[in-house]
Amino acid sequence: MNFSLKNILNLTKDPHLVKKLINQIKGILSGVERSLKIMEFCGGHTHSLLKFGLDEALKPEIEFLHGPGCPVCVLSLERLNLALKIADEKEVIFTTYGDLMRVPNSEGISLLSLRAKGRDIRMISNAMESLNIAKENPEKLVIFFAIGFETTTPQTAFLIERARAEKINNLKVISNHMLTPAVLDFLLSKNGVYMDGIIGPGHVSAVIGARAYEEVAHKFNLPMVISGFEPIDILLAVKLLVEKILKKERGVFIAYERAVTYQGNLKAKELINKVFKVRESFSWRGLGEVPFSGFSIKEEYENWDGEKFFEIPKTEEYSRGCLCGIILQGKAKPKDCKLFGKICTPGTPIGPCMVSSEGACLAYFKYKGPLS
Amino acid sequence: MCLAYPYQIVEITGPFTAKATVEGVTKEIYISLIGEPLKPGDWVLVHVGFAIQKIDEKSALETLKSYHEFFPEEHP
Ligand code: SF4
Repeated sequence: MNFSLKNILNLTKDPHLVKKLINQIKGILSGVERSLKIMEFCGGHTHSLLKFGLDEALKPEIEFLHGPGCPVCVLSLERLNLALKIADEKEVIFTTYGDLMRVPNSEGISLLSLRAKGRDIRMISNAMESLNIAKENPEKLVIFFAIGFETTTPQTAFLIERARAEKINNLKVISNHMLTPAVLDFLLSKNGVYMDGIIGPGHVSAVIGARAYEEVAHKFNLPMVISGFEPIDILLAVKLLVEKILKKERGVFIAYERAVTYQGNLKAKELINKVFKVRESFSWRGLGEVPFSGFSIKEEYENWDGEKFFEIPKTEEYSRGCLCGIILQGKAKPKDCKLFGKICTPGTPIGPCMVSSEGACLAYFKYKGPLS
Repeated sequence: MCLAYPYQIVEITGPFTAKATVEGVTKEIYISLIGEPLKPGDWVLVHVGFAIQKIDEKSALETLKSYHEFFPEEHP
């Protein structure tokens, strides 16, 4: 065995070890009569579980509830319509991360369809590209539609800082950044505690630190284990979580030590606090208004705050039979949706859960097939 | 949206940037979110073009080693 970080992605996929760990977890649960319900918060974990068949392998001892950790899936329709409205303006260059491009609104319009119509809409993979585009196009208004949880928030903060330092005034940012501990608190307060434990997000935690979830874990008497995304990472996290559930321990534990600490990335958190403040409330798809769950840009930076320049269009929460909003609470599975695999497919998506690389519907379609 | 990948720093190229590589792919990344000084050879976790954490090599390998040693018969 070559134990070096170069080889770590292979090591964390090792099929022998996967099998051993699955048997170990099943062994630990052999005396337990019912199946444990574990919510994986993060859509990235949903995809890994299905891709490597871990959900099937751990049945019936464990049932996975797929959580709301898919930023594109939880973006409200009014925010999506805001994106479409801005992107449709002739003098605007609109930039955003790729996942949003194909999400249709209630009328079936997406950023992609606007781009086909000739609008200047650019998919970026690094927030700083927006700054360069703004510099290269001083006569245009460049709007960066920033999406994502705390994982992408410090990058946006850095971009806004640089825009201010370099006095680039034709760049505006629409912040749709959302806070994960707040939505967990909201879900559990609204629905009651409907799981035995939670697999916590690995990369959000790399930024905000595992401690950020302590309050919610204690409030609802739950154990939560922060996990990485490779099969061995997830199984080690599930094993630790199962042990904590059986011992009735609550609190937050880390099974992804190579990337996550309790305090998180202090510099990134500092930058977030410098540029952003927490909104009193933010609208989530399927959930409605969630208290203290979104970041808006502070007054000191309002010259770069796109929300000061565009009004959010009034939008009805009509979703064409799409169950995405329920699925992302872990209260239904993609197969419960009548449209799944028939009308709604990755090529003809109706809802965001079939578009995003973290959406549960896409994971089921991709790894279990249209009839899953 | 929340997936991040480990990259190894090759060269610090500016006040905010570095060249980094993984599995033969080299790209420019931003290192401005990392509080501690980075040097070539260090591993970082990269998300949408930015390093978001320095990877703790020691604990990463310890966890894995302990598991591989726990099941030695599979790995001669
Ligand atoms: S299958 Fe399509 S329509 Fe049904 S819940 Fe998923 S995204 Fe929505």
